[in-house]
Amino acid sequence: MVGTALSGRLTWQLAKVVDVIDETPRCKSIAFEVPDWAGHRAGQHVDIRLTAEDGYVAQRSYSIASAPEDDRLVLTVERLDDGEVSPYLTEELREGDQIELRGPIGGYFVWDEPLGGPLALIAGGSGIVPLRAMVRHWAAGPRDASVSLLYSSRSLRDVIYSDELEQYDGDNIKVQFALTREWPSDWAGHRGRVDQGLLASAIPRPSERTLAYICGPTAFVEAVSQALVGIGHEPGRIKTERFGPSGS
Amino acid sequence: MDALDGNALAGPLADHFGAEVTAAWGVCRFCNTPAQVAQLRVYVSGPGTIARCPSCASVVLALVQTRGAVQVHHGSFALTPDPPG
Amino acid sequence: MSPISRGFVGRKREVADPSRIPPGQYATHDFPVLSAGPTPHTPLAEWSFRIDGATSDAVSWSWAELLALPSQTITVDIHCVTKWSKLDTSWKGVSVDTLLETVETEGEYLTAWCDGGYTTNLALEDVSDGKAWIAYEYDGQPLDPEHGGPARLLVPHLYFWKSAKWVRGLTLTTDDEPGFWEGYGYHNHGDPWLEQRYQGD
Repeated sequence: MVGTALSGRLTWQLAKVVDVIDETPRCKSIAFEVPDWAGHRAGQHVDIRLTAEDGYVAQRSYSIASAPEDDRLVLTVERLDDGEVSPYLTEELREGDQIELRGPIGGYFVWDEPLGGPLALIAGGSGIVPLRAMVRHWAAGPRDASVSLLYSSRSLRDVIYSDELEQYDGDNIKVQFALTREWPSDWAGHRGRVDQGLLASAIPRPSERTLAYICGPTAFVEAVSQALVGIGHEPGRIKTERFGPSGS
Repeated sequence: MDALDGNALAGPLADHFGAEVTAAWGVCRFCNTPAQVAQLRVYVSGPGTIARCPSCASVVLALVQTRGAVQVHHGSFALTPDPPG
Repeated sequence: MSPISRGFVGRKREVADPSRIPPGQYATHDFPVLSAGPTPHTPLAEWSFRIDGATSDAVSWSWAELLALPSQTITVDIHCVTKWSKLDTSWKGVSVDTLLETVETEGEYLTAWCDGGYTTNLALEDVSDGKAWIAYEYDGQPLDPEHGGPARLLVPHLYFWKSAKWVRGLTLTTDDEPGFWEGYGYHNHGDPWLEQRYQGD
């Protein structure tokens, strides 16, 4: 039974682009129609495979930005200046195009409602993508677990899903932003890098057995992970996913 | 270069093992420290991708590109059915 | 073959003289950072380069001693086994011939070994007669640690996995002993013009 389910997910299928949404100057969300999509868990990713006319093949993984409850599968892609695949996905791909996709993939960096909380979601740059899927999944459920989302970006124009995330802030969920390179003069969020002091005030105390998910560039993930352990969080309740280098 | 982690290997390892293994625990043959596959430090090189023990940095997994296929070498990372302890 | 992705080309291929591009390769301006492990950072005061193994003339140089040796600035094409070739790359370094001058050996092979544990095997003739350097500058600048600095082996006539980053020595051997990637099935020699990518090619 498990074997069958997995083999379905490992099979490449053609996904059709049904919408392309500008998120930030560097990021686009792409909505897909996937004929045999079996559903997914928040935090999982898909593999994309592109084939050029001369047979050249490139394959990449992208975290799923949509929640299992959403009606379309959505990926959010950041354009890397020297990328091979991201410039194609963010600048060339259009509605009606079909590309090969398989998934969902991943069983470690996932959160679903039964896992409970309190939940600390800490994102650096495009690391927000799988965490946004988790927030959407949380929002579609009973919202029993308390959520603290801390999202670090270089500047205001780099914040993905800013309107959506801002409007979550409220009952049982706290959403905070940090800007590391530039911020408006009236910026009320955190200024500068995420540090131990910010983490201690932003997320529930370790004694509450907080379940933490950290995602973003490697240096960010390692610094935040070490800081959390430093203020007493259990290493076994910290899950991390390191992305490759961010756009410049 | 910055390392990725074992999450990046989820697809190729699922192809090889026929099962989702990123949450699986294993023990490094060199230093005997347990780790989940997702916690391995992953380096992408030309000929292949190398996964290293997060404790001692020894090579525990190698995914090697050869003749159109990927060979998975995992002899130095003993997958265990249950979490440690 | 998989379905074509409309409009996908992949990494920008540079137009190049085909006689300079080995079979199965594309030309690129990119120089991606590829590595089998973390970037080592050996302080120069602790750095040395050594030639030993099948010789009674084992010898080593400190960083200052290496830099004091006659150097060459060369422009060469490099070919990665991932099918990307980069033309006209400029390096400065010491010819391996200069380093082998005082060394007599019956060995016909060597293993290049590096900080971080990487190794690769080569025939002595592949690093002799102007074919190899210990390079410490790239494009007029000190070699970046991510690209193998302070010094890497440079053997441009073979696939670039043989140009070992963070090289610290050459151990002369009587037999050809597979290094890191060779042990996983990559070719002992690695001539891009013969497409010697994997053992048995």
